[in-house]
Formats: sequence, C-alpha cells, structure tokens
Amino acid sequence: MSNANYRKRKLKDNLSSYAFLLPWLVGFFALTVYPMIYSLYLSFTQYSITAPPIWVGLQNYRVMFFGTERIPRDERFLNSLAVTFRFVFISVPLKLAFALLVAMIMNRKLRLIGLYRAVYYIPTLLGGSVAIAVLWRRLFAGDGIINIILRGIGWANPPSWISNPDYALSTLIILAVWQFGSPMIIFLAGLQNIPKEYYEASSIDGAGRVRQFFSITLPGLSPIILFNFIMQMTSGFQAFTQAFIISGGNGGPLDSTMFYSLYLYLKGWGFSEMGYASAMAWVLLVIIASLTAIAFKVSGGLVSYGSGE
Amino acid sequence: MNRKARSIMSKLLTNIVIIVIGFAMLYPVLWLFSASFKVPNTIFGDAGLIPKAFTWDNYAKGWKGIGIYSFGTFFKNSFVISLLCVAANALFCSLTAYAFARLDFVGKKVWFAVMLVTMMLPDHVTTIPRYVLFNTFGWINTFLPFVVPRILATDAFFIFLLVQFIRGLPRELDESAVMDGCNKLTVYWRILMPLTVPALITTVLFTFLWTWDDFFNQLLYLTRPELFTVPLGLRLFLDSSGISSWGSLFAMSVLSLIPCFVLFLSLQKYFVRGIATTGIKG
Repeated sequence: MSNANYRKRKLKDNLSSYAFLLPWLVGFFALTVYPMIYSLYLSFTQYSITAPPIWVGLQNYRVMFFGTERIPRDERFLNSLAVTFRFVFISVPLKLAFALLVAMIMNRKLRLIGLYRAVYYIPTLLGGSVAIAVLWRRLFAGDGIINIILRGIGWANPPSWISNPDYALSTLIILAVWQFGSPMIIFLAGLQNIPKEYYEASSIDGAGRVRQFFSITLPGLSPIILFNFIMQMTSGFQAFTQAFIISGGNGGPLDSTMFYSLYLYLKGWGFSEMGYASAMAWVLLVIIASLTAIAFKVSGGLVSYGSGE
Repeated sequence: MNRKARSIMSKLLTNIVIIVIGFAMLYPVLWLFSASFKVPNTIFGDAGLIPKAFTWDNYAKGWKGIGIYSFGTFFKNSFVISLLCVAANALFCSLTAYAFARLDFVGKKVWFAVMLVTMMLPDHVTTIPRYVLFNTFGWINTFLPFVVPRILATDAFFIFLLVQFIRGLPRELDESAVMDGCNKLTVYWRILMPLTVPALITTVLFTFLWTWDDFFNQLLYLTRPELFTVPLGLRLFLDSSGISSWGSLFAMSVLSLIPCFVLFLSLQKYFVRGIATTGIKG
C-alpha cells in the first residue's frame, strides 16, 4: 500500500469516527465552553438581558465581599453564603453518618435486603420533587403534623419551624439528611468489598466492635467516604428547589433559608442583574473547586487505597 | 444450639430495627398519601395514616387545576418533555460513548479527559449564558431548551456510564462483525447497542427522573401556564390557593410522584447499578 493511500484511509477513518463525536463536540463548545467564557465576561459587566452589557471591571466581585465607594457591601450575598455553608456542613456529615450507620446495620445476610434497600431509597427517589417540598412546608408548619407529634410526646411549645428564622433552615437540613439513600447504597457496596478475614483475624486478636470499626471499616471505606462527601457537598451547594418552595421563593423568613442558588436566581431573574449573577456563579465554581481540592489534600493521609495497610 | 439461637435472635433484632427506622422514614410519604384521601378540614389535626372518612374529592377538584388549565395539561407537558429528553439522551449519549469506548481517532484521550471534567462542573456557570443564548433564538416558552442540550449529549454522567459498560463487552464481537462487512454505524446499531440495554435503561431512568423533577430550568424557560409542567403546576397551585385546597394540592402531589415511583419499583436493580457505578447524585 502506498503511503499516500494509507494516509488518505487514515484520514477517512478519523473523520468517520469524529462524526460519532460530533453532537457531543458541538454541545461541548456551544453549551459549555462558550457559555463559560461568556459568563466570565458577563461577570465583569452590568447586564440586564434587555440592554447590552456595560463593562464595570471588578465591581461585582468587590460589591460581594467589600463594597465600593458608591455601593455598600452586599450583606444579603454574604448571608446567603453563610446559610449555604451552614446547610452543607451540617447536612452532609449527618447524611453520610446516617448512610454509613444504616449500611452497617444492613450489611449481613438478610432475606429481605432488596426490599429494605428499596424502602430506604424512596426518600431519595422522591425527595427532590416539588411535591415533597410542598409536603415538608405543611408538615413543619406551626400547626403541622410534626408539632402535633412533638406535643404528643411532651414538648409543650414546639417552635413553628417554617416561619421561625431560627429554625427554618433546620427543616431543610432534615429534608436533606432524610435523603441518604444514594450514599447508603454506595457504602453497602463498599462494605461488601472489605474481606471478612480482616474481621475474623482481628477478633481472634481480641479487637472489639468499636476497635474494628475504626481500624478496619473506616480505613476500608475511606475512598468511598471521600467520594460521597465530595458528591454530596457539590450538590448541596447547588440546592435550590426545596428552599424555593418551602420559603415561598424569597429565602425567608428574614433570609434564613436564602441558599446561594436561590439568591443567584433572584439576582439574575428577579432583579435582572445578570452580570452580578454571573459573578456569583464563578465565585461558586471557585468555592466548590477549592473545597474539593482541600478535601483531597486533607484526606491524603487518611484515605487508603488498596489493601496495602 | 445456644449459639444458633443467639444468631437467630440477633438477626431478628436487626430486622426489627431496620423495619422501625424504615417506617419512620416512610411516614411522611405515607401521611401524604393518606391525607390526599381525607376530607380537607380533617387533614391537619390528624397524624394518623388511615382516613377516618374516605373521599376522592381532592383528586377530582385538584385535577381541574387553576383557571382554565387542568393538571392534565401539566402532566402532558411533563411527559412530552421527559420522553423527548429520554430519547435524546439514550441515543446521543450512547453514540458518544461508543466513539470513546471503541473507535480510534486523533485526540481521543484529550477529549475523554475533557468530558470527565465537564462532569464535575456546577451548572451555574453555564446557566446564564445558555439562557441568554436560548432567549436570542426565541426558545423561551418552547421545549427546545430542554431537548437540544440532550441532543448535544451534555449529560456527561451517562456518557461515562455507557463507556464503562461498553468497555466491558468483548472486542471480538465488533471485530467479527467488521469481517462480516459491518461499518462503524452498523456495528453500533446491530451489535453493541442491543448489548448495552442494561446501561441504557439506567440512563433512561435517571434522565426521566431528573427531567420530571427539574424545577429550576422549567421555572426559567416556561412562563406561559399552558406550557407549565407538573412541578410548575404544583407551585402555581400552592401560591394561588388558600388553606381550603391543601387536600387537592396533596392529591396532585401524590399523582406527580407516581411515575417515578412506578419506574423505581419495576426497574429497581438498574437504579442500584446506576448509583453504585457512577455515584449518581441523589
């Protein structure tokens, strides 16, 4: 075969392969790369979709964290950041703890394991919907079912959860923790991969349950815990629907459930400040990326891969 | 004997603990279901799960919806959007996955790495420019903002899932098909696609679920009530109706959960596979 001929065939082969990749490539450039560049540009502008963007340099970012000479610092933004951090760093550890606890209870030969796993997954299956958020809003109302139950077991004056700024966020945390199904299933799969011999050997050596948990189970699961943590943290920072429905769309009472995404939505679409909202999106990207990097770094010494240890 | 008895006791105890916690977890959903059959003014005082007086009224009233738009309209819209997205994802994510898993081309490794990175990107950085773009195209109040991104295979999760699955299939299959005169497309269509059905079902399930429940994008792109989906319909109902219609709202909420519930019950093992292999966010 001549060299030219071979090259021609190779080119044709490449082109026909790229034909399969074409939809994704178009999507990647048109719906990911271009939007990212454009939103970075918008983040340095003042923009309300109806008029062309006006360049304002770092103003949006400065307003968020420091304020400028003319515009005071955006306290609502800082508050939404604080609310979201509180939400993520309370709900995610609790969620993972529940997931691990239940996975450990279930990690034995149970005839009904399929049914149990399904039942425990149902909240996760349904929990992201508007329907469940509507239900939550009603369950945790002052005269809701939760308070009826709490009074029944002896709490004379429970707070009216949803409308009390001190308690509203906790209902969203409970709702998030309730949906521990995905990490539970992943933990369950991970537990089944830890060799039984480890436990047998250590119990011959006289190790108790607690000791086994800390020296076998936790190290064995550490990569999975890290993975679950990052996944849940990332989606926690982007939570929107539940806060929107439960607060009636305003992040109230008194901004106590003003999630980052909700504030971004209100800024971008409520107040038509799309430049500012774009800057918020980039700050969120940086926060998530840094926290992921930190999680990897911090866990470096704690996570063990493989059975070397 | 003693040891056996202890083991049985411990197993029984485990089962009881699991059932008790499980019941507590399901209680809110069960209460919602039962409340949808209760007479409206008896709903709130009653933490019980069995309606004292049973009625279908909530469903009849709720289905009528708001103004001239019935929940039938909202369900139809939700189904149309979800099914279009499902079809687009199943076809285009698997074509992309086929290219990454089986075809050779210049730059494959780089593109694959890029695809994995896009999986980790938070949606927010692309949301606003996409909105501006679709607005320029005149796509607000159409279903295109939901379907076109699926046709362009932007849900990298599923590409990854399918790539992993296809890599597990023996290469001899496509090699012998090529000898029999198949080209790239027919190898995919006749040989590999039928074998990836389990992974495709996982893709279909999660695409349906996420589209059905996707409140944020529907809130952005659909503003005319005749185009409203079920989540938007529920929100409209919540905002515009007084205390008296909680029963109807609950009834429609129950209906809105049924499609996901039925899919889950009938295809449970594909859910577990999807979660366990890609750690799909939940």
